[in-house]
Amino acid sequence: MTSKKAYAIVDTAPAEPLSFDADLCIGCNACVDVCQVDIMIPNPKVGLPPIVLYPGECWYDGSCVDACPEPGAISLNSQAKDRVLFKRKHTGEDFYT
Amino acid sequence: MEWPYPVEWDRTTELSADVLVLGGGIAGCWAAIAAARHGADVVLVEKGATIRSGAGGSGCDHWESAATNPCSRITPEELTDAIVRSQGGYCNGISHYIECREGYDRLLDLEKMGGKIRDIDDEFRGADFRDEETKLLFAYDYLNRFTLRVWGTTFKPALHEECKRLGVRILDRTMATSLLSETRRSEAGRGSQGRGRLGGQTDGQPESRVVGATAVHARTGEFFVLGAKATILCMSRPSRLWLFSPELPGVSEFRPPQCNGDGHAMAWRAGAEFTMMEKSVQAEWSGTRSFPPYATGNTHNTWYACSMVDAEGREIPWADRDGNMVSAVSERYRPAPGQKLYLKGGCEPDLPSYEFQGPDILPVDELLAQGYKLPLYADLPSMPEHERRVIWGLMVGEEGKTKVPILQRYSAAGFDPDEDLLQSYGEGWRSAAFRPPERQLFGYPGGLMNDWRLRTNLEGLYAAGDQLFASNCHGHAATTGHYAGRHAANYARSAVSSKRDDGQIEAERSRIYSLVEGGSVLDWKEMNAAIAEVMQEHCGDTKSEELLDDGLTKLRELARHQATGLRVRNPHELVRSLEVLNVLTNAELVVHACLARRASAKHLHFMRSDFPGLDPPEWHKFVTVRLENETVVEGEMPLDYYGSLPEGYEANNEAYVGRESS
Ligand SMILES: Cc1cc2nc3c(=O)[nH]c(=O)nc-3n(C[C@H](O)[C@H](O)[C@H](O)COP(=O)(O)OP(=O)(O)OC[C@H]3O[C@@H](n4cnc5c(N)ncnc54)[C@H](O)[C@@H]3O)c2cc1C
Ligand code: SF4
Repeated sequence: MTSKKAYAIVDTAPAEPLSFDADLCIGCNACVDVCQVDIMIPNPKVGLPPIVLYPGECWYDGSCVDACPEPGAISLNSQAKDRVLFKRKHTGEDFYT
Repeated sequence: MEWPYPVEWDRTTELSADVLVLGGGIAGCWAAIAAARHGADVVLVEKGATIRSGAGGSGCDHWESAATNPCSRITPEELTDAIVRSQGGYCNGISHYIECREGYDRLLDLEKMGGKIRDIDDEFRGADFRDEETKLLFAYDYLNRFTLRVWGTTFKPALHEECKRLGVRILDRTMATSLLSETRRSEAGRGSQGRGRLGGQTDGQPESRVVGATAVHARTGEFFVLGAKATILCMSRPSRLWLFSPELPGVSEFRPPQCNGDGHAMAWRAGAEFTMMEKSVQAEWSGTRSFPPYATGNTHNTWYACSMVDAEGREIPWADRDGNMVSAVSERYRPAPGQKLYLKGGCEPDLPSYEFQGPDILPVDELLAQGYKLPLYADLPSMPEHERRVIWGLMVGEEGKTKVPILQRYSAAGFDPDEDLLQSYGEGWRSAAFRPPERQLFGYPGGLMNDWRLRTNLEGLYAAGDQLFASNCHGHAATTGHYAGRHAANYARSAVSSKRDDGQIEAERSRIYSLVEGGSVLDWKEMNAAIAEVMQEHCGDTKSEELLDDGLTKLRELARHQATGLRVRNPHELVRSLEVLNVLTNAELVVHACLARRASAKHLHFMRSDFPGLDPPEWHKFVTVRLENETVVEGEMPLDYYGSLPEGYEANNEAYVGRESS
């Protein structure tokens, strides 16, 4: 049996899977609750966006964004290496996702 | 920062149920629903959050093998036979027959729960792949119509609601850690594997019976003792054995990171019997190198059968399995002349079968030899309108991991399916190349051995979904989950209550919480990276007894690290650490299975340098492994051990055939 205390220490990762718009976010934690990998924790300051504690563990499925009641409050970023090229067929112009 | 949840390392909750379901993904939800509908009191344990968890939580764009849908031109017997033969016989005839026979029943069920399975909004009226009467949409082989296009983002929330409606007690954020067994010879706390034969019965008295599980809460650290008359394993399959990224562990593999094979590890420790665990394929996908699944232009799965062009805009030719050119887009969705059916959209390395291969574009080296220039692009704008809109909008959108990261993000970046070409990277759906020793359990890998009731060799223990051997796919998980759920509920009705073994419970409690006390600096990710290294070096593409034995020694050395512990600062890290110890157990299980097959086998992608002869007839069988009193016991089963499919099925499902099936 242990009585050891528990700590939340933000992990580092070479990726930032999520970003929040603090003006739009209402701090409801719907994203925290739906995430199957449980990479976020609620912000100790009630009403503020959650804290991404384990960014490297994100599976990039987007369920958090889908569950958000305030469009734009949370966005899923892709890994920098994952941007895909697309080409406008008639002009030949290149774009990236 | 303080941990935001109450810390309850010292708390224990005890619950009991008729049926305990471990894993709340597709199979687990269906198992819980079926057991509850059959009158059982059900507890469902899910490590994540049931509403979206598992490989199929965020979506599913195609439901395979619904052979009893009213438009199918293939019978369940013909389709199961095709699936089994496409794997050279190394396949789960029982579970795939269940998939073929009950898939459409589950779809109708899902529809009643609020899942969308047909084109009720008439978006695709008149399309080649639509049946106008039923409004069902089909994928791939439009002639035979056994695979359905579906709106899979609606499924998991509907299943979750139905579980709640039926009174299933759902324990979210709870990781099952061990199975509790009742064994006549059990010495309290250790070596609790009993004998058990497939079917869960031994003559006379059962020798080993599974009577529940232990679990730990992923946010509070609380301990659970869960007693049950029947337990169903639905925790998917092992991962992170050869592929692991310490920086981005979440995308080390194709499936979600917490689907790492805990269920295999705990079943192995309890004495359950496995088969085909020696099978692994050269890696196909890892998010640290590949593009996200379905994120680039290709001709496979979700993107089947999208037209492609080369760097100069020239259309890429398509050919059938015989190399005959397929000119019209509509012909890509039909079997070749003389071919009865084809199985998937785009050939997969795990299905190298000529007999069941559908049309595809020519291989890249052939295209280069003919003067085509890289890169290739998916040319949605040139596709007939219905095909374009069903790929971009339904398939990309309803497929797992596509709605937000691809459909929404690409649209926001300006991608327009009517105007734009999407670049293709690599070949087929693989957008990165892997070395031969970098392997993965992918396609139809090994797992738990099952009988006609989806029982394992241990009484009271059932399995479903990707935890079964040679399993794969959403419809397979749904149907086998439902099937195991109803059989487990029937068993629970007559099972006697168990005696609890406090020694086993205390031993598990001490295994878990000693990690918290340990104060070690070794991070679970460092441990996982070490396991992957050992597996690549000792259990790679070419194996031999010496290599495997040395690998086992190294894995045991890593296990000794456990004595000094892993770094655990909160309940989340406790769960990750317990997971990596399961990854270690699964690595040992795979090495034991590789040692047990002393012959090379093409369909198992299994090469032994000390037994180079491919497929000697005496090894054309299932090799099984299990633990008994901490010793590995090898066994074997004929590939057709399940006998006649319709007879085996009907003999075990009289009530279902009579009342419930469509
Ligand atoms: C991106 C993607 C797209 C796919 N698309 C399709 C498709 O279109 N069609 C198709 O047929 N198939 C598809 N598949 C495959 C399909 O989703 C799986 O075969 C199916 O989900 C398997 O069901 P399952 O219940 O066995 O496993 P899962 O659905 O993965 O569920 C396993 C569950 O067990 C839980 N768990 C694990 N360990 C523990 C533990 N120790 N304690 C408690 N819970 C635990 C997990 O959190 C998870 O929720 C796709 C897979 C992926 C990854
Ligand atoms: S994308 Fe998926 S894994 Fe990542 S934070 Fe969102 S819900 Fe969790």
